[in-house]
Amino acid sequence: MNGEPLLIGRYAEIALKGGNRPDFERALLRAARWRLPAGSRASIGGSRLLVRLPEGCSMADGARALEHVFGLTAVQPAWRLPRPLELAHVADGAIRLAQEAARDGARTFKIAARRADKSFPLDSPALNRRLGAEVLSATGLTVDVHRPDVELGVDVRSDAVYLWGRGHSGPGGLPTGTAGRAVALMSGGIDSPVAAYLAAKRGLSLAAVYCHTPPYTGEGVRQKVVDLCRLLTGYTGPIRLWVAGFTPVQLAIQERVPEAMRTLVSRRFMLRIALAVARRERAGALITGDSLGQVASQTLESLAATGEVADLPVLRPLVAMDKMEIVAVARRLETYPISIRPFDDCCSLFAPRHPRTRPTRLEVRAAEAALDVSALVDEAMAGSERLQVTPDGVVAYPPAGRVHEASAED
Amino acid sequence: MATHALRAYLDNAATTPVLPEVAEAMLTAMGAGEDAAAQGLWANPSSSHRWGIAASAAVTVARGTVADALSVRPDEVVFTSGGTEANQLAVLGRCRARAGRGHHIVTTAIEHRSLLDGCAALEREGWVVTRLPVGPDGRLQVEAVLAALRPDTVLCAFAHVNNEVGTVQPVEDIAAALRGAAPEVTLHIDGVQAVGKVSTEYGRWGVGTAALSAHKLGGPKGVGALLVRRGVRIVPPVSGGAQEGGLRPGTENVPGIVGLGVALGLSPRWTAGLRSLKSDLWRGLIRALPGLEVNGPDPESSDAAPHILNVSFAGVVRVPAEVLLHALEAEGIAASAGSACSARHAEPSHVLIGLGLDPQRVGSSLRLSLGPATTGAEVAVALEGVPRAVARLRHGPLRRGAGVGDAL
Repeated sequence: MNGEPLLIGRYAEIALKGGNRPDFERALLRAARWRLPAGSRASIGGSRLLVRLPEGCSMADGARALEHVFGLTAVQPAWRLPRPLELAHVADGAIRLAQEAARDGARTFKIAARRADKSFPLDSPALNRRLGAEVLSATGLTVDVHRPDVELGVDVRSDAVYLWGRGHSGPGGLPTGTAGRAVALMSGGIDSPVAAYLAAKRGLSLAAVYCHTPPYTGEGVRQKVVDLCRLLTGYTGPIRLWVAGFTPVQLAIQERVPEAMRTLVSRRFMLRIALAVARRERAGALITGDSLGQVASQTLESLAATGEVADLPVLRPLVAMDKMEIVAVARRLETYPISIRPFDDCCSLFAPRHPRTRPTRLEVRAAEAALDVSALVDEAMAGSERLQVTPDGVVAYPPAGRVHEASAED
Repeated sequence: MATHALRAYLDNAATTPVLPEVAEAMLTAMGAGEDAAAQGLWANPSSSHRWGIAASAAVTVARGTVADALSVRPDEVVFTSGGTEANQLAVLGRCRARAGRGHHIVTTAIEHRSLLDGCAALEREGWVVTRLPVGPDGRLQVEAVLAALRPDTVLCAFAHVNNEVGTVQPVEDIAAALRGAAPEVTLHIDGVQAVGKVSTEYGRWGVGTAALSAHKLGGPKGVGALLVRRGVRIVPPVSGGAQEGGLRPGTENVPGIVGLGVALGLSPRWTAGLRSLKSDLWRGLIRALPGLEVNGPDPESSDAAPHILNVSFAGVVRVPAEVLLHALEAEGIAASAGSACSARHAEPSHVLIGLGLDPQRVGSSLRLSLGPATTGAEVAVALEGVPRAVARLRHGPLRRGAGVGDAL
């Protein structure tokens, strides 16, 4: 077959976005290019992402690189057959794709032809019938127009005919960055990475913050957070992780806050630190893993009493999810095995024996009245460490030698 | 990334660094480098060419070193993948061989997992296991062992040196008593923490089987040995070759075995200084932190191994040992805790509980262990760093309110 292999990325929702559409497509291209092997050429054409892979890169590898790009609903290996051409060439291509699908276990097929170029001699139904007959006689597959195992796509355009076979489904959502930037509060547990992923899927680029409390929490927990972020970058793109020095805050709370209120006050400080990070990262929202009623600090009253400190939206993608549902997503993302690593977290030490579950805002404010809030947040920020996390690894940020430049950007 | 340089490694009971001489000998045995490649020591010891014979000879040298260390004959040494395999091979293999005689095992409540699990596996098959209690010093009494014997007792198994608190058991006395009272009972000794550090004349004492591991004495991980006295029949769990008398079939781990031999040969060089290093550590710590309590035997008595010191900080600072461990980490000091602070994720040490210690003390205990590469400088770092870490924690949140006991 005289043709050129390529990958087609489909997107549904962003095609609807009217005037913003070029922005969305640019973001999609950027996200795709970031993941594709070097030498790939990606472009937008006919409301589709078209990718030409470099020599030696298999379609399967290319498709895998794209299967986590937010905004794509499907990724399909395809052939582009330049016109002019004989119908026999198209039939050959369709037969090859059908044979490939048969090798993967498909038993039924359907031709879905579209004649965008109306000068083509056969109209769409006629094309369906002709190609269907050819595939039927050349392969062991049978036709099923309602629920085929494989749908062979044919798109006749003025410059070329595109053919595609079985594809992978994409994650959906919106391209990273199109919805802005947000700061995810990470704990090393099961919920926070799932929350970060779900929010990021709606087009947010991510920064993350982890409140580290050495020596009360060990290196193991910090490593878990780093590993979780690294895994998430495969979906979300690079993440800047702030490891905030939370020990002075926790000690001050332990010292001056009534026991029953400590967890709530501690949550308020975590949000405040995340807000400070958001200002430095120019982010427009916070993301937490709160699920309604899961623990004492996640009752409506507690969410109100902690959330009031935030002057940015606090996104809580898990708020209506059951633990089982959250775990199912965590397993799919493969964050679950990291989250359940046995941890030597001593945060249980700080947990009150009888935490308040229905606090009023006034009570919580009174409970932290003895603390110098802004000085403590500043101290936690001053004691923080920044890491640039990508799928390839984790480096200190700003990288050595760029300190001056990066601090100017702050 | 917050990296703390390791300034004092006091977790040698967990593992030790490979000594340079050991690494060098192992590289030769692996054929790494032109000269080593030409020597051919990396050949299969079962091959009949000269290089195979050279490899076989290297294994023989190591076997001789191990045999000398245990006062047995070389043909009584079986190389294994380490202490755990050796313990399991002895317990399961010996009991299966003697199942016709009886189904009773005597052990203690403070054994290492590899012994405990072996006994538990047999228990599930219907064997009866007596787990002897020990006192606060961890010592097993000869009379208690004799009193636990039944007509159907097949095996008596325990560690020569306890891995958490360093109690040295009177193996020679127990072996002699068993020989008199019940010669048909096999005595198995877990010698993993003992070999290279205390006298281990198992052959002369009448021990039937004994386990050891290379990585506790400056050798590599993944190799150890089981002493099996002549006439002590063992049913091997796997088959597939005649190596190691059929007990441990498979091509020999020649580099590991060579490493074990060299490490064991070097042990007299460092073992002599251990006790005084430990004394310096203990005396320095108690001087700086007067509330410190020892778990197990008096550190300066001969009942205590020269390399393991287990102390409780309950009277010094009210934090769980895990927190102290993290604070020591910041000082560049590596140690280990007898128990983790989070009740959800770790069991408190069965050994410390077995000594009859209260939960508070168990939860605040720390093990400091010395080894072949430990220096006086490391002890000095510890003597400076431990009190500093404690002082920092004393100003922490837990001196009032939630205590260690709550966290357990």
